[in-house]
Amino acid sequence: MLIDIITSEEVLEIALRSIKVSGIATLLALGYSIPVAMVIGFFRFPGRDYLKSFFNAMIGVPTVVLGLILYLMLAPNGILGRLGLLYTEMGISIGQSLLISPIIVSFVSNSIEAVEKEIRELALTLGATDFQASIAMIKEASSGVLLSAIAAFNRAIAELGIALMIGGNIFVRGGQNTRVLTTAMQMYVSRGEIEIAIALGLILMAIVFIISYLSNTVHTYLRGET
Amino acid sequence: MIVRLERIWKYFGSFPALKDINLNIREGEILSIIGSSGAGKTTLLRIISMLDMPDKGVYYLKGKENTYSIEQRRSVTMVFQKPVIFNTSVYKNIEFGLKVRGVENGEARKRVKEALSMVGLEDYAKRRAKTLSGGEQQRVAIARAVAVKPELIVLDEPTANLDPQNIKVIEDIIKKMAEQGITVVFSTHNMFQAKRIAERVVHLHEGKIVEVGNVKKIFENPSSEVTKKFLSGELFY
Repeated sequence: MLIDIITSEEVLEIALRSIKVSGIATLLALGYSIPVAMVIGFFRFPGRDYLKSFFNAMIGVPTVVLGLILYLMLAPNGILGRLGLLYTEMGISIGQSLLISPIIVSFVSNSIEAVEKEIRELALTLGATDFQASIAMIKEASSGVLLSAIAAFNRAIAELGIALMIGGNIFVRGGQNTRVLTTAMQMYVSRGEIEIAIALGLILMAIVFIISYLSNTVHTYLRGET
Repeated sequence: MIVRLERIWKYFGSFPALKDINLNIREGEILSIIGSSGAGKTTLLRIISMLDMPDKGVYYLKGKENTYSIEQRRSVTMVFQKPVIFNTSVYKNIEFGLKVRGVENGEARKRVKEALSMVGLEDYAKRRAKTLSGGEQQRVAIARAVAVKPELIVLDEPTANLDPQNIKVIEDIIKKMAEQGITVVFSTHNMFQAKRIAERVVHLHEGKIVEVGNVKKIFENPSSEVTKKFLSGELFY
């Protein structure tokens, strides 16, 4: 019975949408969070400690609170209502990217700080420009970058508040759908269809484990091979 | 003359770590800097290798005042006392300096191979560098410095904390570097090492050069009282 549910077209479509929406959210968040983490990790400036504390605190922001704020902003009469992002996949991705950005900023800035100062000097004495030396340090901190990406993706794909409030759990055949694994699970539990919810939960767990395993494998391969 | 330092001063806060250093480094020579702990050896080497800039004085590189341009920086490479290793394979460690210079892949492979051969680590290319022993890591660090074909290599106590076998290997590598025409400057606590491999010796004491000369003169007939005391073991090192 579980196998039939897991392999059904509808469930597969929802699972693929979850991966796509949270994958885009992770890429978006990496794109703007890594530069912020580099600034915090490389430079000492007034207020830096407060900024770090802010991002650390934001890691624990409740998804429903962020979801509500974003809903009010993206609603037709909200300040960003014109963008038409409410009840769209991209709307969920943007919301999730804001949710996971603090994870990336904190993990990556801490990793950069943990890289020995000597690595920068080594790169410079081997003829690197300042920019190349900074890239070398980021590469040394790549375990932290990868860990942040995995943690961020896992947080995004497992969250419910934003997906529900911004996405609306829409599923219409042939239409623009926003139903993802977590919103579908919530819906099936509320309907009392526990078996389907369990099947979706198993898929969610499998995705989290497979993504983590593949990321680690690729990372080890890239580090060790010539 | 590859390097000429004129009236170099370096301060840490108000403390003068180097005082009025005047030094010429000749092309192709092996120059050793000896001195007790805290004499300013590492500070001087860091200035020569352009990792730090002097607070006062002028640094001439190949007759021209040093502007610390990327071209000038790329002619000098430093090997640190504690081997600093990128967390990747031996090959990628050595390839780094070539990549940042834009050396194409085929040429880079050839030069990595040559450098590994020079330090006796031909079969180590695929090994993860951080899993190697201290002596092997130091050899990787030297191969990495040699691969970029600098005109001057600066080594800060390259054999500190190594066993006698590795010390011998690294001393032989230093001699090979000089045979290839690379100018070598190294610091050491070990006077016998300076005697074994250097052509000229600089004795640094409390941030000042107290004596410079060829090995024979310094060890057999030092003119400075401080150097005499240092060589007789009356000064701690």
